[in-house]
Amino acid sequence: MSARGERCATPVLSTIGSVFQPASAPDYIPEIQLQQLQLSRLRAVVERAWERVPLFRSRLDARGIVPEDIRTLGDVTLLPFTVKTDLRDTYPFGLFASPMRDVVRLHASSGTTGKPIVVAYTSADLEVWSQVMERAFATCGLHRSDIIQNAYGYGLFTGGLGAHYGAERLGATVIPISGGNTDRQIMILRDFGVTAICCTPSYFLHMVDRAADLGVDLRELPLRAGVFGAEPWTETMRTRIEAMAGIRAFDIYGLSEIIGPGVAVECECQGGLHIFEDHFYPEIINPETGEPMPPGEEGELVLTTLSKQAMPVIRYRTRDITALLPGSCPCGRTLRRMKRISRRSDDMLIVRGVNVFPSQIESVLLAMADTMPHYQIILTREHGLDQMEVQVEVTARMFSDTVGALEKLNDQLADAMERVLQVRTRITLVEPHTIPRSEGKSHRVIDRRSL
Amino acid sequence: MKITQLSIFAENKPGHVLAPCRLLAENGMDIRALSIADTQRFGILRLIVSGWTAAANLLEEAGFLVRATEVVGVVVPDHPGGLVRVLATFEGTAINIEYMYAFPFSRGERAVLIFRFDNPDAAIERLREAGIALAERDELFGVEAVR
Repeated sequence: MSARGERCATPVLSTIGSVFQPASAPDYIPEIQLQQLQLSRLRAVVERAWERVPLFRSRLDARGIVPEDIRTLGDVTLLPFTVKTDLRDTYPFGLFASPMRDVVRLHASSGTTGKPIVVAYTSADLEVWSQVMERAFATCGLHRSDIIQNAYGYGLFTGGLGAHYGAERLGATVIPISGGNTDRQIMILRDFGVTAICCTPSYFLHMVDRAADLGVDLRELPLRAGVFGAEPWTETMRTRIEAMAGIRAFDIYGLSEIIGPGVAVECECQGGLHIFEDHFYPEIINPETGEPMPPGEEGELVLTTLSKQAMPVIRYRTRDITALLPGSCPCGRTLRRMKRISRRSDDMLIVRGVNVFPSQIESVLLAMADTMPHYQIILTREHGLDQMEVQVEVTARMFSDTVGALEKLNDQLADAMERVLQVRTRITLVEPHTIPRSEGKSHRVIDRRSL
Repeated sequence: MKITQLSIFAENKPGHVLAPCRLLAENGMDIRALSIADTQRFGILRLIVSGWTAAANLLEEAGFLVRATEVVGVVVPDHPGGLVRVLATFEGTAINIEYMYAFPFSRGERAVLIFRFDNPDAAIERLREAGIALAERDELFGVEAVR
């Protein structure tokens, strides 16, 4: 993190953001005024939810709280959490705070099981969403002269339309290509002189590979920035993307429960993501106890929508693990920054008392192989002690016809895992196509410990 | 001269050697030589097959992880001392044998030694200098390979 921050060490104002963009003005609001704004918005949104959302009102009643009890920003901790199952349990419209005549847009996120989660927007909500996405692009140094290829999926998923309206509001040229059809993506990237792309980082890595197959060197194109999000990724992936495509790769964060993309984004310092906290109030809590973490410490991100009308979401537990970074950013924004999210609290494993995240295992595998091999984590308990095995499908690049080379790879992987995870890990190299493929992350872990 | 060998990654589990061999047999591919290197966890099946490109494609399409490697075949008379003479050739050189295996040939009168060298070109030169006969591909597969 600090290494990134140093890029912007001193002559920041002269080198960054050659033109100040008016859209970014709210990013620089002084702290006191920001807090005043947050408090008045928090009180209004709590009042609105209390008046219009029965579930929220019954929870406040159960705690003996009324909206007037929120007198300071710190009082936010008096409020109950909202969790993902609340959205599922009230499917489809149970948490709406606006009548349908005021709702102008619905989105839905694909649930891994059963019903999706439905989210709603009034026209004022869409306006806020476009504003924060415009500010997000401006934060990445994009401006009206940019040609932005938007490869996030259009449809019920919030990514496509969220990025689309933000980029248009910025005045950039938007190519609404949506996801998929990689060869066409690459053709348009090259032929249209695209300068920035939006998609998931893993899809972009796929595009990089495919471009190489097609003999297109992305480094020679005008493409200069990527705004990547919708899934956790790592510094290792950033380094690779930036080197292979000759671009700056920015991390953007958002979730449909809150608004969609545009909750937080990296600036050109790439030293954490600025949260648009005039609209989304962040807290960091201990995921086990729900108590606030001391400033600067890592925990689960909890977000409150400060200005949403159609669906106010109070203290939403994102399950994403991060920390609010202390100190100010060299870019001059007063908006607080959070560490990039590389893991979630709900796929956390506890092995011999140590917290292990599949994303850490992925970062080790990525560092050792050129593309992410398929893998599976198997947990067992032998003689009362947890054992972790990572099965890795051997890829053509990893395969060597000498036993010594394969054993060396096996040992290197085991050593790197132990260094990163702090838990001894058994590596088993397995044949291609032997690990079951699935969409969800949960299938990556097989827990055979009888606890 | 150099011969192409196919190496296949196999987990150390029952049946994992059978599957690729069965696939080749069903497609009329002749396995001339076979060796298995194994550890507790995994193994590498090494094959010399007639028509190695077709065999490699077939195996890859069936999902096997295949690597083609160049090995050197040496023909020795099948009697005591035949192997020693070849190995002695490399004494005092920097040429390293990564692995080797042997199979009888031409009705058992001769044997072919298959070597994987770290530096096959240097090894070939050394063998030639020592007047040792190298196995040619066509010779290994006899008439049937030409069909």
